[in-house]
Amino acid sequence: MSKTPLPTTITKLEPPTSHMLPGSLSQVGTVTKYELINYFRSRRFFILLLIGLLIGGILTTLVAYYGISTFASSSLGFYSFWWGNSITFIITINGIFFGGDAISGEFQNKTGYFLVPNPLRRSSIYIGKYFGALLASLMIFGAYAALTVGNGLYYFGTNIPYQFGESLIFSVIFLVAVLGFTFFFSSLFKSSSISILVTAILFLFAFNIIQLLVSTFAQTEPWFIISYGAGIVGNVLMDPYPSTQPIRGAGPRGRDSILFAVTIPEGLAILLGYFLVTAILGLILFERKEFT
Amino acid sequence: MPSIEARDLTKQYGSFAALSNLNLKIEGAKCVGFLGPNGAGKTTTLKIFTDLIRASSGQALINGLDVHKEKKKALDPCGVLIETPEIYPSFTPREALSMIADLRGIPRAGRSKMIETVVSEVKMDEWMDKKVGKFSKGMKQRINIAAALLSEPDIVLLDEPTTGLDPRGQAEVRDIVRSLKQRNRLVFMSSHLLNEVSEICDEVAMIDHGKLLVYDTLAHVTDRFAHDGGGSILQVELTKDIDDQLIKGQISILAGVDSVEKLTPRSLRIKFSGGQEEQARLLTDLVALKIGLLSYRPSASTLEDSYLNLIKDTL
Repeated sequence: MSKTPLPTTITKLEPPTSHMLPGSLSQVGTVTKYELINYFRSRRFFILLLIGLLIGGILTTLVAYYGISTFASSSLGFYSFWWGNSITFIITINGIFFGGDAISGEFQNKTGYFLVPNPLRRSSIYIGKYFGALLASLMIFGAYAALTVGNGLYYFGTNIPYQFGESLIFSVIFLVAVLGFTFFFSSLFKSSSISILVTAILFLFAFNIIQLLVSTFAQTEPWFIISYGAGIVGNVLMDPYPSTQPIRGAGPRGRDSILFAVTIPEGLAILLGYFLVTAILGLILFERKEFT
Repeated sequence: MPSIEARDLTKQYGSFAALSNLNLKIEGAKCVGFLGPNGAGKTTTLKIFTDLIRASSGQALINGLDVHKEKKKALDPCGVLIETPEIYPSFTPREALSMIADLRGIPRAGRSKMIETVVSEVKMDEWMDKKVGKFSKGMKQRINIAAALLSEPDIVLLDEPTTGLDPRGQAEVRDIVRSLKQRNRLVFMSSHLLNEVSEICDEVAMIDHGKLLVYDTLAHVTDRFAHDGGGSILQVELTKDIDDQLIKGQISILAGVDSVEKLTPRSLRIKFSGGQEEQARLLTDLVALKIGLLSYRPSASTLEDSYLNLIKDTL
């Protein structure tokens, strides 16, 4: 068979441009930047933003309809009712959907094949993606905080209790811990849907059930549960700060029970402990995980 | 001089050895084809060289640097394409390549031009600012090739780069590889397409069951393994029609020629005996005949024969 040479035009590239490989920190920044761009173009970001705004919108409507006195009599009470009751849920769903498949998606969607064989450490990819998810979550968190403060200013003026500031800080720490945990779980799996499902089940059901069982039946402080540690986000908005106390006849078969209330140092230790342990384990897993 | 080297490279999956003490050193500006049947260990080797998987033992060295221990430095001079990577669907080729440029530290000055040039090289200019999510597999593969070439790498590692490409795309990739050779790059490329390898590669490494069977120049491999009884086949292409008399009277009688088959009026298949020196003399003789010689190369089928003979031996 005769072959007719194909007409091709090979453009000779310029001579190699001298380039200096950026440091790992700079590469983390690059991964974060492009991860954020990807989030901003995804439906996921806008759906989560919408959920945050929807929750805020429902609360705004309820308060406007029934009157603020139905829900809170003081500025602190308002922030406790509003922020303390909802922010952990908003943080949890952000953590699940931004972190749940952040790493597993690189395997399932094969996007890792585009990124990993470049001259950068895997840890730079992991940390960059973590910061991307954290910043995206913080934007939604910020929008919800603005809505909360807007209502607080409307009903109680500029009298924002300092405890709200503390709760904001604890919420951010909780977000950091939740993302650390979801990233770790994401590193365990190669399927996006499974990793999201598992983290969702854990955060929305399993932790709460375990916490309830351990405190009610074993009457043991559930210090090893992240959601117990997150109790400081709402507790700090209560005056006085709740304390662990026995409750007569509240246990099974009418036995006495103990209502555990996490203290601020305990809560911070649990959240930071979760973050540190899961971040280290997640990094190790991702470093070792193979693209097979 | 760019180099890649596998030292006792082994990869175990439980009791299955995907790679077994692979030793291979490739140096210099050339194109090396990496051949083997499915599951032979080609992709495993390339994945180890690019940090996608880890070796169970042994070392993968690029320019003397262990990829596992010094990944950043080792992969800095490399452009890589393994399988068919996916790019974030919301990205345009310009954005995807800008990300690679950022990660590789390509200076901002002139970066746009580099991206445009490399995208133009893979014939995707018109799609530069369209979202990758809408691209076909072949179009994505072109962008992946552009990403591999973006930093003007000294070493290019390609795993079946023409996968998903139409025949025109495959021909263009072959031209790109040829142009890389001209620019003194080392190209290490796995492929199932033997005609592709025989067309563009200078050397071949064959692997099966995780073991290296042979690594040598294309001519040496075909010399040694093409036919059980010896002899080689050359594919000759001409710029003008050739008549049968000329074939019988002048080409068939040349030294070393066993038989000549006219494939088309402008292409011949010559079976000849002898090594490289005889092959070189035959080329000189054919040029002297002024038959309008356009190309002269070992036939893909000789490589196929070599491949089948080698692989058969290991079954």
